Amino acid sequence: MTFKTKASTLASAGLLAVLAAGFGTGVSRPASAASGAPEIARQEWSFGGVLGQYDRAQLQRGFQVYKEVCSACHGLSRLSWRNLVQKGGPEFPEEAVKALAAEWPNQITDGPNDAGEMFERPALLSDRILGPYKNENAARAAQNGAYPVDLSLIAKARNPEYLGSVFGHPTHMLGDIFSAYQEGGPNYLYALLTGYKDVPSYVRDEKGHLTPVGPEGGGGQEVLACTSITRGEDGKPDQCIELAEGMNYNAAFPGGQIAMPPILGDGSVQYPKGPDGKPLVPETLDQHARDVTAFLEWAADPHLNERKATGWQALLFLLVTTVLLYLGKKRIWSRIDH
Amino acid sequence: MSAHESNYTPTTRAGKWFDERLPVMRLMQGQFIDFPTPRNLNYAWTFGGILTFFLVAQILTGIVLAMHYQPSGAEAFNSVDHIRRDVNFGWLLQPMHAVGASMFFVAVYIHTFRGLYYGSYKAPREVLWILGVFILLAMMATAFMGYALPWGQMSFWGVTVITNLFSALDSIWSGLGTAITEWLWGGYAVSGVTLTRFFSLHYLLPFVIFGLVMLHVWALHVTGQNNPTGLDIKSKSDSVPMYPYAVAKDAVGLFAFLLVFAWFIFFMPDYLGHADNYTPANPLVTPPHIVPEWYFLPFYAILRAIPSKLGGVVAMFAAVLILLFVPWLDTSRVRSAKYRPLYKIAFWLFVFTCVALGWLGSKPAEQPYVFWAQFFTFMYFAFFLLALPILGLIETPRPLPRSITESVLGKSGGGTTIPAGAAAAPEKR
Repeated sequence: MTFKTKASTLASAGLLAVLAAGFGTGVSRPASAASGAPEIARQEWSFGGVLGQYDRAQLQRGFQVYKEVCSACHGLSRLSWRNLVQKGGPEFPEEAVKALAAEWPNQITDGPNDAGEMFERPALLSDRILGPYKNENAARAAQNGAYPVDLSLIAKARNPEYLGSVFGHPTHMLGDIFSAYQEGGPNYLYALLTGYKDVPSYVRDEKGHLTPVGPEGGGGQEVLACTSITRGEDGKPDQCIELAEGMNYNAAFPGGQIAMPPILGDGSVQYPKGPDGKPLVPETLDQHARDVTAFLEWAADPHLNERKATGWQALLFLLVTTVLLYLGKKRIWSRIDH
Repeated sequence: MSAHESNYTPTTRAGKWFDERLPVMRLMQGQFIDFPTPRNLNYAWTFGGILTFFLVAQILTGIVLAMHYQPSGAEAFNSVDHIRRDVNFGWLLQPMHAVGASMFFVAVYIHTFRGLYYGSYKAPREVLWILGVFILLAMMATAFMGYALPWGQMSFWGVTVITNLFSALDSIWSGLGTAITEWLWGGYAVSGVTLTRFFSLHYLLPFVIFGLVMLHVWALHVTGQNNPTGLDIKSKSDSVPMYPYAVAKDAVGLFAFLLVFAWFIFFMPDYLGHADNYTPANPLVTPPHIVPEWYFLPFYAILRAIPSKLGGVVAMFAAVLILLFVPWLDTSRVRSAKYRPLYKIAFWLFVFTCVALGWLGSKPAEQPYVFWAQFFTFMYFAFFLLALPILGLIETPRPLPRSITESVLGKSGGGTTIPAGAAAAPEKR
């Protein structure tokens, strides 16, 4: 049977080769390449992996963070208010969502009415969840030129790049495939929301190279604050990129400079209290960031619960069928020598 | 079709009446039930059936998606988002089609590598092989245009980069490349007009592929299948009827492959795509890192490896078109790599080269990636232009078994009628 073994080795090696050729490249990140993308740590998520499902209470808290903090600038316009009621999401009571939509400050422009004029009206369940700006120009005019993007798909529209070595890449890819890892977007969002730090300090050595220094200072040398540095080529000194006016340093953001201020912090949002009067989960930056990230993941992928639950049934069906077909095939081939 | 007879005998009067007027049942029975398949086919031979399944699946899911999709610059992105959010089972259909395209390519590459390994392109199967290359080309065109349809950032910029390649022809004949590019675009830049025509062609091409596949299967049934020994079917004992033997094996292969397919659809539908494509197309913002889908990466690496634009374009197209000449580039009289020790090494080096080019294609066009892309581009073409012609001349093939039957029964201990010495497996020597 050596022949068969070798042939199937060929088939599987071929498959692996093709897999390896492509699958690792599913990762790309939108806003950095040569500028040196920062490493994004992986977090635990209730919706991660093959058994993952959303945590309904977390989605509700996440929506609360969106409503009280993010919605001051960002829209969620691919979602309708009715989505907040639907199964597999935060599943708020319909009446509560209706009431919230009706008093949402960003009203719906409707019309023309009988007089031929456009008019504003409160949102219904079937309307989209709008941000405060009517269009991108209005947003930029209000935000010093920056554009607070719509958050409906943000969790899927970001994905950190693999930054490890070439030789570690194939095993890294296979590991991701077998663990069904697809939480790059949420990990990035969490890192971004918790990534507001002091601008890193550097000192310049005699060759012009910049080296990072800790809080203890540069030991008498001039300390430079650089959001990122560009290595000088051919003996030229390194360049220090300083924080531009109106920008904020964020360790997770490619390039380090982001227009969005650190708006989320400890105690930004008052979470529901337990019977003892204490919040059920800590009101910390870490928790707020996790909750709103989970909510945004749901916003981008509202059918995840159903998809993953169905997936197990589909795989089980396919597995049993494959085994039965294999046994049938063995039986058929047992009629002849092979 | 092939010389063998169909054993079809109509059992009813209606069946006999119909058979005398249109013998389609006779044809089907002859070609897909009684058809003699080599008895030694391994699972690498199940990919033809898998590919047929994927072609049909892509057409079916695509037809339903087209009912909800809007091929305009303003609405394309929104309509795909609408399909995933609001259409009944859209969350399943859209990934089935998108992941299905990737799986189609996984299968077609394995199928092609299998053909290269076992010498399935050699006489008398040259036309069969060439038809396969045409199918691959049509698949690439279809997949490229299909990837444009969600009209995200990577869709838009992928179309921009690839259609711009034709402007390289300006260096041959001034204005020619620009004229072709503007003709493709339907304007002076990539726009919704381009998207609409891509949609039209994306709907058309699968049916062209379907026609080519029918010719491919026809050509296969004229020459008969190759097999791991590369030997022809010489006696009745070398083959088994397609049904139930080959069909049973194909079914196992198909369902095992569907397991992989389902894993990606249900658990990681976005893994094979790009995050950038969840941002609507914006002609004013260039993504810092434009890369095609994974199945084009080796060719993308070759494109960027050549310093001149025209040279890169020529090399990229040549990388696919060179497959057309493989039947004549290979000088060996032995088909299967099983009996070709040197070719076997060259083959696996070639597989590694393709993987390496794929990886390099995903990297930015800067050192040291460019150097390695050039190195592996050389290796890629060296396989076709050096290894295939030269190895056939210098290589001493291992002794071939006398027949397919002998290669099978010599190993399993069965077939006592075969003399032991003759049945000794060539690879054991």
